[in-house]
Amino acid sequence: MTKQYDLVVIGGGPAGMAAALSAKQHGVENILILERDKELGGILNQCIHNGFGVHHFKEELTGPEYSARFITEIQKTSIEIMLDTMVLKIDNHRQIHAISPNHGYMVLKSKAIILAMGCRERTRGAIRIYGSRPSGIYTAGTAQRLININGYMPGKEIVILGSGDIGLVMARRMTLEGAQVKMVLELQSRSNGTLRNIVQCLEDYHIPLYLNHTIVQIHGKNRVEGVTIAKVDENLAPIKASYQYIPCDTLLLSVGLIPENEISKSARVKLDSRTRGPFVGELRQTNIPGIFACGNVLHVHDVVDFVSEEAALAGYGAARYIRGQFDTTITHQTINGEGVTYVLPQTMNIYHIEDTCNLYLRVNKPYGRCQIEAWIGNTLIASKREIRCLPSEMINFKIRKEAIVGSSDLRPAQAIDQQPTQIIVKIVGMDRDPSLP
Amino acid sequence: MTQQEMICICCPIGCNLSVEKIDGVIRVTGNKCPRGKAYAEQELLNPERIVTTTVKLTGGLYPVIPVKTGRPIPKTKIFEVMDILSNVEITVPVHIGDVVVKNILDTGVDVVITKNDMGGEYERS
Repeated sequence: MTKQYDLVVIGGGPAGMAAALSAKQHGVENILILERDKELGGILNQCIHNGFGVHHFKEELTGPEYSARFITEIQKTSIEIMLDTMVLKIDNHRQIHAISPNHGYMVLKSKAIILAMGCRERTRGAIRIYGSRPSGIYTAGTAQRLININGYMPGKEIVILGSGDIGLVMARRMTLEGAQVKMVLELQSRSNGTLRNIVQCLEDYHIPLYLNHTIVQIHGKNRVEGVTIAKVDENLAPIKASYQYIPCDTLLLSVGLIPENEISKSARVKLDSRTRGPFVGELRQTNIPGIFACGNVLHVHDVVDFVSEEAALAGYGAARYIRGQFDTTITHQTINGEGVTYVLPQTMNIYHIEDTCNLYLRVNKPYGRCQIEAWIGNTLIASKREIRCLPSEMINFKIRKEAIVGSSDLRPAQAIDQQPTQIIVKIVGMDRDPSLP
Repeated sequence: MTQQEMICICCPIGCNLSVEKIDGVIRVTGNKCPRGKAYAEQELLNPERIVTTTVKLTGGLYPVIPVKTGRPIPKTKIFEVMDILSNVEITVPVHIGDVVVKNILDTGVDVVITKNDMGGEYERS
């Protein structure tokens, strides 16, 4: 089967739904969403806890409630949805190859594509724990799906490695369902989960969090019987004298997320080693004309509200591309300055920006009082004060178009030989400056 | 006078709150918004939490469906609420906001469905 669309969105989670709706609002007619699962919503379906939507809807929703708001909007439109459909690759002619039980093998042609495949959890293989291979080892998200969607309880005595938000939320969830969560171990000297989750998921239930700890061995033949935990030194190496055996039947891993870009690679989309997602511009255009990306496939977000915000940009970008109003010129490039791990978007075409460009960035270590600054050459074009910046919390940083234009040597959009102007984004710590409030 | 340091859990910002009670008057500092003040006052008097879990569902896409307490309930009642909800079984169709248990444990709070499942057809293509 071969079919033709204006826009195909790969992934029906929060990013894909918001991108499709935005494209629709900007006039794109013939839109298809491809979703691997049996329903729309993506990972929100298993995030049954509350705390979503505070920015976007100004109220606190659970994951399925947040998702339902978008599903309801989509159902009011003519956006076509194919569920239970797996995308295999995007070929050199930018055609999407996909399979489903209903349609068999499909080749889908489109004027534009939005990548919204989300991310995957790092597994035991990615962190190389020594020991046997018994059952009872799950990523936190897999356990979450088993409990919250399939109604299975994966274990009774639990140890959790990694203190990311999913691990913390699962510590509470498994406790509520009657399991004994013995401890959460974190390799680093601080948790990369949010403070609120440490309070309401661990402290509320008296679950201990051991910082600077890891697991050095998993025991058990058919089923996990226990783990050996250890304190680590400043080089993150386990300290032998601290080895301790902890009996348990289940180990959950919450050790990070990686953007899921196998399909992007098949389309020769260029990836950034810092975000592990595509290099993108201000409307989330990738290096391949007509392919856009948004959400966790691009960089792992901590708040879904910003996924929706970013996806709306990609939908708008795709709509412009389909109308033939898209200019692939790159006028500016964002550069990591001191203290910054990554800045997104990596490039900009200033002619596409109406009045502000919203940068997303992460810091490389915790900062107290600090200032985020954007510089072009010797000119400070934007700054923002923060009372606290953590690597686990993405920062939103707006730059006004006028400020960028005022400090750039801009030639007409068509000037192909133009080198992009660099915008350097950096963090300036202010803790020791007594003159500041 | 009592003083307590706490972290606000109203949103992902997680403000560091300082709560003082002097002569029956509660004073909150460190909050960035009014919700932080309300949270700190409640946390000092009678901590409350929204409980989210699942109940058994017959005829749905999956065997369980998520629910929540419509408002926060006292922290001390969380496990009793879980006990009650572990015995609840419902049948499709279910809609967001449908009441599963009314006025649970006399808290004045209803437990409501948080996901739609109309039953029947799931494919739209």
